[in-house]
Amino acid sequence: MQAPAQLTISPRLAKNIRRNVKERIIELILMLAALVAVATTFAIVGVLLYESLSFFKTVSVVEFFTDTQWTPLFEDAHYGIMPLVSGTLTTSAIALAVAVPIGTVSAIFLSEFASHKTREIIKPILELLVGVPTVVFGYFALFFVTPMLQTIYPDLPSFNMLGAGIVMGVMIIPYIASMSEDAMRAVPMSMREGSYAMGATRFQTAIKVVTPAAISGIVAAYILAISRAVGETMVVAIAAGQQPNLTFNPLDSAATITAYIVQVAMGDLPHGSIGYQSIFAAGLVLMAMTLSFNIIGHWVRKKYRESY
Amino acid sequence: MANVTTAIKAEARDLNFFYSNGARALKGISMPLYENKITALIGPSGCGKSTFLRCFNRMHDLYPGNKYQGEIVMHPDNTNVLDAGVDPIEVRMRISMVFQKPNPFPKSIYENVAYGLRVRGENNKRIMDDKVEEALKGAALWNEVKDRLHDLAFNLSGGQQQRLCIARALATDPEIMLFDEPTSALDPIATANIEELMVELRSKLTILVVTHNMQQAARVSDYTAYMYLGELIEYDDTDKIFTNPGRKETEDYITGKFG
Repeated sequence: MQAPAQLTISPRLAKNIRRNVKERIIELILMLAALVAVATTFAIVGVLLYESLSFFKTVSVVEFFTDTQWTPLFEDAHYGIMPLVSGTLTTSAIALAVAVPIGTVSAIFLSEFASHKTREIIKPILELLVGVPTVVFGYFALFFVTPMLQTIYPDLPSFNMLGAGIVMGVMIIPYIASMSEDAMRAVPMSMREGSYAMGATRFQTAIKVVTPAAISGIVAAYILAISRAVGETMVVAIAAGQQPNLTFNPLDSAATITAYIVQVAMGDLPHGSIGYQSIFAAGLVLMAMTLSFNIIGHWVRKKYRESY
Repeated sequence: MANVTTAIKAEARDLNFFYSNGARALKGISMPLYENKITALIGPSGCGKSTFLRCFNRMHDLYPGNKYQGEIVMHPDNTNVLDAGVDPIEVRMRISMVFQKPNPFPKSIYENVAYGLRVRGENNKRIMDDKVEEALKGAALWNEVKDRLHDLAFNLSGGQQQRLCIARALATDPEIMLFDEPTSALDPIATANIEELMVELRSKLTILVVTHNMQQAARVSDYTAYMYLGELIEYDDTDKIFTNPGRKETEDYITGKFG
């Protein structure tokens, strides 16, 4: 800015300077607040990478991905991540098999069939499920769902992936239902009218027009749900078991990556030991999994984004 | 009315319409639609012309609380489309509609046109192919899209999308086609194409068109109805309305003194 010709600063200009300084300070505070989240993310990635690096000095990457046993705390230690990955994938797959159909159908019902009043009652209740602590879901799986399943499969162990997966599925229904419903409601009314005007029924309109029009939002909801399921800890730690077990059979007991991390983190392993470092390697794999799902989700969203 | 020998395709009889908030949007409208003719509805914004048009295919049924009173009778079978016992889906199978803004579905060009046939349960690919081609030709779009029938409809230009919507409406052989300001979102060239198309379609079906554009009504329609505040003020030959209107209100609107 050019220097003012006058030497005395008018009261108005003085006020402006004060205001500008104040604005700058506020801006700085806001930016710092935003930086906390970003910095934390980078710090987490940094720590994970650093500790994993020392882990991979002892254990080769090949062994890590090919060994079929995960027993870092035993005398005869094996460091194959696959048993944990199989547990994570199996429980997540069960959860999705439960949550995707129920969540999608609920979303279609809420968006296309329910009256305004019904929706206003049901949606908040559905979203209330999100607020239930996951540890409660874990006990629900262990003491309610598993005994119920045992009446069908008497040989089912008390800790099993099926019960944990089903309950985890129920837990993520609200995510899918709520986000998908938002996506469907964003479909312009003119598109529905076009369908009705062709003589389509409500159901035909919902399935053939509204759902395809909202597909990018619906897929985004699925991806978020997958990330939730893969990262979910308490339910699987409590109800699926603590034994790493390379199996995709839902009727077996098996530990997931998250369950293993909880187990080790709660124990008293010496800092810097190989067992201690193993949880960082496991955490890195977990983060890579959720990150890749998020990237796929982002890509799908971009690819199928509809312009109305 | 001058041309009394023309057959009547549909007829509104003392039609009243109430929105869910109780507002009376149409006040005792009685008017015939002549077969294979284009009837234009003109009038200032909020006069009820779109509301009237949307009564014909029961679009108001989509929103709870709306109420019809009176009749819209279709000939030759004398069906009152507003009768509570008549299924609105049946009505929409006979009376199709083209909207103000092109509203293609998030599907391919082919599937957009086939949509009406599919919801009617048609699955035979040969019949479908023929119908789609015929409808696209009818909407003067075939030559532009025949090599990319499986492209997404959103990739077409606005004018092409609107012709696609006309093809979609044509594919099911409707008896009446409703146009709700079909060119208000289009550029002049696309508008001219649509107008030309409407005149061509007249030989196949009966057309009712709402328009904000008086020149358009004068160019394409055979009959014109002037509406104001939910009432039908005057209905006559288009030539008569635009050259020698019977009512002072119509003349004021036509000459731009009002509206």
